[in-house]
Amino acid sequence: MTSDTLAGRPSILRLAWDQIRYQNKIFWRTPIAAFFTLVFPLMLLVLFTAIFGNDQIEGLGVTTAQFYTPGLAVFAAVSATYTNLAIGTSISRDAGILKRVRGTPIPPVVYIAGRIGSAVYIAFLAVVVMMGVGIAFYGVELFPRTLGAALLTFFVGTSCFAALGMFVAAVSPNGDTTPAITNGTLLPIAFISDVFIPLNDPPGWMVVAGDFFPLKPFAVVFREAFDPTLSGAQFHWPELGLLVAWGMVAAALAIRFFKWESTSGGSRRRGNRDLE
Amino acid sequence: MPVVAVEGLIKRYGNLTAVAGVDLAIEAGEVFALLGPNGAGKTTVVEILEGHRDADAGSISVLGFDPATGGRGYRERIGIVLQDGAVERELSVREALGIYGSAYPARLPIDDLIHMVGLEEKADARIKTLSGGQQRRLELALGLVGDPDLVFLDEPTTGFDPSARRQAWGVLESLKSLGKTILLTTHYLDEAQHLADRIAVIDHGRIVAEGTPDTLGGRNDAAALIRFLPPSGVDPRSIPVPGIRAVEGGAVQLETDSPTRALHELTSWAVREGIELQRLAITRPSLEDVYLELTGDE
Repeated sequence: MTSDTLAGRPSILRLAWDQIRYQNKIFWRTPIAAFFTLVFPLMLLVLFTAIFGNDQIEGLGVTTAQFYTPGLAVFAAVSATYTNLAIGTSISRDAGILKRVRGTPIPPVVYIAGRIGSAVYIAFLAVVVMMGVGIAFYGVELFPRTLGAALLTFFVGTSCFAALGMFVAAVSPNGDTTPAITNGTLLPIAFISDVFIPLNDPPGWMVVAGDFFPLKPFAVVFREAFDPTLSGAQFHWPELGLLVAWGMVAAALAIRFFKWESTSGGSRRRGNRDLE
Repeated sequence: MPVVAVEGLIKRYGNLTAVAGVDLAIEAGEVFALLGPNGAGKTTVVEILEGHRDADAGSISVLGFDPATGGRGYRERIGIVLQDGAVERELSVREALGIYGSAYPARLPIDDLIHMVGLEEKADARIKTLSGGQQRRLELALGLVGDPDLVFLDEPTTGFDPSARRQAWGVLESLKSLGKTILLTTHYLDEAQHLADRIAVIDHGRIVAEGTPDTLGGRNDAAALIRFLPPSGVDPRSIPVPGIRAVEGGAVQLETDSPTRALHELTSWAVREGIELQRLAITRPSLEDVYLELTGDE
C-alpha cells in the first residue's frame, strides 16, 4: 500500500471548511437536533399566532406575528448555537471524539472553529426559514434600511451565544448534565426576555434581569429591525456592546476551562482509565 | 537514532506516582510491546508519548519531536489507535476515513484501508450500525489513514473473543510487514509474545524487565527444571543426583544449569535400578512464569 502524497499538507482554511461541512452533515443526520432547531420554533410561531390571533398587540403597535417571528428566529438561532454546541461538544467529549481529534493533525482551534462555523450556518438557516414563513404567511415585513443592522445583530448575537455554548461545554462535567444546564438557563431567561411573552409592565427586577442577560438585547434589537412603526437603520450599539462583552468573557472562560477528555465519565464512556 | 527515546520519565497524579522513571528506546521498524497488569502505568506512558498528557520529568524524543510541543508536524507522522476511541456515529466508514484522512499530508487510499481491515461490506454503512469488533477495526484503519511512521496501539484486542483476536493479530502482522514502527500496550502475554520484537514489562510505573520474547527476564539463561514422579517406596533422598527435592503431589524436581548431564545421571540411575520415571519432563520457565515473577502478580 503506498500513500497518496499528491495531496500535500492541507491549508488551515481547507481544514476548517472540511470541518464545517462534516459538522453540517452530522447535524442533518441527527433528527432530534434538526427538529428542535428548525421545526420546533416554527411550531411555536404557528401556535402563538393561532392562540392570540394575528392582531395588533395592545401597547406595542405590532401584530402578534411581527412580535413573535423575529423573537422566535432569535430563539432558534440561540438553540442552534448555545444549546447545540454545548450539548454536541460535551457528548463528543464523553464519547472520546475530542480526544481522537486531539491526536490528529487537525489543529484544535480549527476543530472548534468548524463546530462554531457549522452552528452559525445552521442558525442562519433557522432565521431565514422563520423570517421567510413570517413574511410569506403572517404579514411580517422586511425593510432594506434595516438589513445591515439585522445581519450585524445576527452575527454578533450568534457569536456571543456560540461562545456561551462553548463555555457550558467547557464547564459541564458530562453530556448528561449539559442539556439540564442549557435548558435550565435558556428557557427561564427566554420568558423574561420578550421572546415567549410580550411583557406588559413587568416587575422591576424582571426588567433588570432581562436587560442583564444577553438574550433580551439580541431579541429586542433583532425585532426592531422588523418593526414597521420604527424608522432609521436600527443599529443599537449599547445592546450590541453588551452582547460582545458577554461573548468575550464566555470565550475567555471557555478557552481557560476547556477539556479534551472526559474526567468524570459520562454514560457513554466505559469508565475512567486515566490512572492506568 | 531511535524512533522513540525516553529517559527518566516521571508522571504523578496527586500523591500517586503513575510512572516512576521509565527509559525506553525503540528502533525504526520495531514492534515494541509494553506489557503490564492493569494500572501498571502503560497507558500513561503511551498517552504522554502521544502528546495527550504532560510528563512531570524526563526527556522524551519521538521521531525527533517533543510530543508535548510537537503540534501538527508531530501528529502528521503518528497514528493513534485508541483503546476506547469513538467516531462520529452518524458518519459512514468511508466518510470517517475521508474526513480524518484529509488532515494528513500523506494518506493511504481509503479503499485499500477498508480492505485491509475487512470492512468492505460496511464501507458505506453508518458507524452506529457496526458491531463492537467492526468499530475496533475501523479504529485501526483510522490510526493508519495518515500513513504514519509510528503507530500507537493501546490494548488493541482487549475485550475481543479469541477468533476476533486472531483476526486483529493478522492485521497487525500486515502492518509490521509495511515496516511501521509500532508501540503496543497489552496485558495479554500471548499477544506480546506473538507480535512483538521486543517486550518491556512495566509494573508500578517502572520497567522491571526488557528483552525479546525469548530472552525476557533472563529466560534463556534460566535453570532448566527436571521433574518426575518417583515410584512409591523410593525415597527421593536416595537418588544419587545432586539438587533433587520433593515437591507437592509426590513429584520430585531438580533445577540445573547443565540439564544434559543431570538427565544422564538420573536416567542411568533409573535404568540401573530398573525404575520407570513416570511423567518425566524437562522444561524452561515460560514467558508467563517470568512475567508472574516479575510483576509479583497477586
